[in-house]
Amino acid sequence: MKELRNAKAVRGILTEISEKTAALPSPVRIMEVCGTHTMALFRNGLTPLLAEAGVEMISGPGCPVCITPNGVHEAAIDLLTGREGLTLAAFGDMTRVPTRRGSLQTAVPAREAKLRIVYSPREALDEARRAPDRQVVFYGAGFETTIPAIALTVRHAAEEGLGNFSVLPALWLIPPALEALLESGRTAISGFLYPGHVSAVIGVEPYAFVAERYGVPGAVAGFEPGDILLAIRSVLDQIGSGKPGVALEYARAVRPEGNPVARAVMAEVLEPCDAVWRGLGRIPASGLTLRKKFRGSDARARFGIRIADSGRDLPGCRCGEVLRAVIRPDGCRLFGTRCTPETPLGPCMVSYEGSCLIHYKYDRRARRRG
Amino acid sequence: MKKISLELGSGGRLMRDFIRDSILPSFGNPILGPLADAGLLPGGLAFTTDSYVVDPLFFPGGDIGTLAVNGTVNDLVVSGAKPMYLSLALILEEGLEWETLEKVFGSIRRAAKKAGVSIVTGDTKVVRQGQGDKVYVNTAGVGKAVGRPAAGKIRPGDKVILTGTLGDHSLAVMLARGDFGLSSRARSDCAPLLFLLPLWKRGALWMRDVTRGGLATVLSELAEELAWPVLIRESEIPLSNAVRGASEILGIDPLFMACEGKAVIVAPDRKAAAFLQAIRRHPLGRKAAVIGEIQDGVGRPGELLLQTSSGGLRLLEPLTSELLPRIC
Amino acid sequence: MCLAIPAKIIKREASGLGVVSYLDSEVKADFTLVPEAGVGDWVILHAGFAISVLDEKEAQITLDLFREMAEAE
Repeated sequence: MKELRNAKAVRGILTEISEKTAALPSPVRIMEVCGTHTMALFRNGLTPLLAEAGVEMISGPGCPVCITPNGVHEAAIDLLTGREGLTLAAFGDMTRVPTRRGSLQTAVPAREAKLRIVYSPREALDEARRAPDRQVVFYGAGFETTIPAIALTVRHAAEEGLGNFSVLPALWLIPPALEALLESGRTAISGFLYPGHVSAVIGVEPYAFVAERYGVPGAVAGFEPGDILLAIRSVLDQIGSGKPGVALEYARAVRPEGNPVARAVMAEVLEPCDAVWRGLGRIPASGLTLRKKFRGSDARARFGIRIADSGRDLPGCRCGEVLRAVIRPDGCRLFGTRCTPETPLGPCMVSYEGSCLIHYKYDRRARRRG
Repeated sequence: MKKISLELGSGGRLMRDFIRDSILPSFGNPILGPLADAGLLPGGLAFTTDSYVVDPLFFPGGDIGTLAVNGTVNDLVVSGAKPMYLSLALILEEGLEWETLEKVFGSIRRAAKKAGVSIVTGDTKVVRQGQGDKVYVNTAGVGKAVGRPAAGKIRPGDKVILTGTLGDHSLAVMLARGDFGLSSRARSDCAPLLFLLPLWKRGALWMRDVTRGGLATVLSELAEELAWPVLIRESEIPLSNAVRGASEILGIDPLFMACEGKAVIVAPDRKAAAFLQAIRRHPLGRKAAVIGEIQDGVGRPGELLLQTSSGGLRLLEPLTSELLPRIC
Repeated sequence: MCLAIPAKIIKREASGLGVVSYLDSEVKADFTLVPEAGVGDWVILHAGFAISVLDEKEAQITLDLFREMAEAE
């Protein structure tokens, strides 16, 4: 796929983008919803190039680390520090979010308890099989890309009768979040870059309402520089023609109908629930929880955990507003002063694709303040 | 109460701040001050030390023994000194299998022979089961200066050479741990860098071995010392397929992955081509490349910049915390 | 939330588990979500699970497009 990173090809599409934005009456602000897009833009140094070409990229709430409220992180920490002999398995980034109880990384585990960083929920299941006398909790956070994998793991565990395995879920759905953002009307967005791998699961239809009800164009994008730029070009074409829709610019990985098998597994194991998002607040039917049949695998039920709904952010942290794109990272007084990558006060400074961390690293102007 | 976190030992900015804010004020002196890989003593000697706590003890391409010898040997080489003598201190955990210890000794013996160093003094302690991690090793090394690093002489136009592929050691350790369901034929690059010594007499200006924290951390430290920014090019950086693949699967950046047998060298502009040729003649340097230069055109003093394959520019900073796999 | 790579299935068991290969690395993978994919097919791998099958025709179209752009003047 290195053709999709080719500098000359990239330059060519950027020139086209420049020409298109020059012909438009208003500034172009495109929101990339998915944290992986934010990362890809940053790692390839594309954001400044796009700014020069007339496109301002805004980061949306597509970082599961960032939008999971501290109450859930604290529940994970309580399990690790309070339950002897328990293994808490989690994806890497989740373990560094700072809370009033520290982070999973800095928390001192209970006797014989341990934290295991995993790449796949399958590893947590293997752990449960290997050590049947230990409770293994998978702290499973993610959007629709990851949710089928988590649901399938719960189903596998139930099929095998693995009584020592459970999941602490932090499962988030993208389309309701987009709706909440658009309803709040507070962020002026000209178009969306839709998450390519979420779309591989859900298809393109769930985004149709964005174009139909709000008149905002969008394109499903892959993650190589070339993929992203082609999708942005498509959004500009839609703006220019006045015909907003949902373009599919990642056809090699995404079918318009998505992956019905994956969605069936999700529906079998999980059901929608209201969820509280950091920054966006309570959004109806925006989360997923285990169905009654599988509730035995819900760590919250098993360990009697009550999740603190709100108010657990560290004082002064404005990650919520950054996630809604209401302020930029340097709009937060703590940014670059008391909140830095070494001493993060919120998840946006911890997550590799957190807006604040990325701005801190590449926006040298912002850093001079600190 | 303030406590030590694991991240302090990861080799990144937290560790450097710790050294600057806690170690230097307690022990500072002109020899320690530069915080180089070795202390340069009066009389033309260089002196260095390192501790080795790798888990697991054995991995494809090496073990704690080869690491303990080559790591210290390389610190001397990049400080301009020919390694001569090592000390060897062992902290063994009660219950360690004898066979394991013998294997480690064998590795140390072979590595020392290959590096031309003698182990001339040492110590052994045994701690209660649970109070160690099978084996901890410390080696200190003494070498004879054959050249002198001269970062002060670096000027725009001088080139940055990387002696080979990044991240092989990091990947080997991950494979040995059986992490992430990943397997490949990758091996640690743990090896002595003695073949770089002649470059000192030929005018090399600065060298560092690329260990914990990776290339980005090491070159950030260089950039901070200079009055001009350092620019490196992503397309020039040698990577093995195995590291490229594993890093993309796991979302770990090879620029921060550890090596144990690679160095970066700053060569005077007019000598860079000859240095590269000399390095490439050695089996351990076949993939060496000029990856960038000190320059005055882009960026600000103190900055390390990466020109990405797609033509963008990115500011690189030292590693701030442990590298973890991502799903995002 | 979308870190995933295109990888080739090199082993697939009846249980749905198997192995993919990507640039000289092999990774354990679960193929339950892509029942139609078999050995030799390319899938999108995320967190150890194949979530989609790569459409090789579409992939070729994209690669050809970029190759053209890279060579154009």
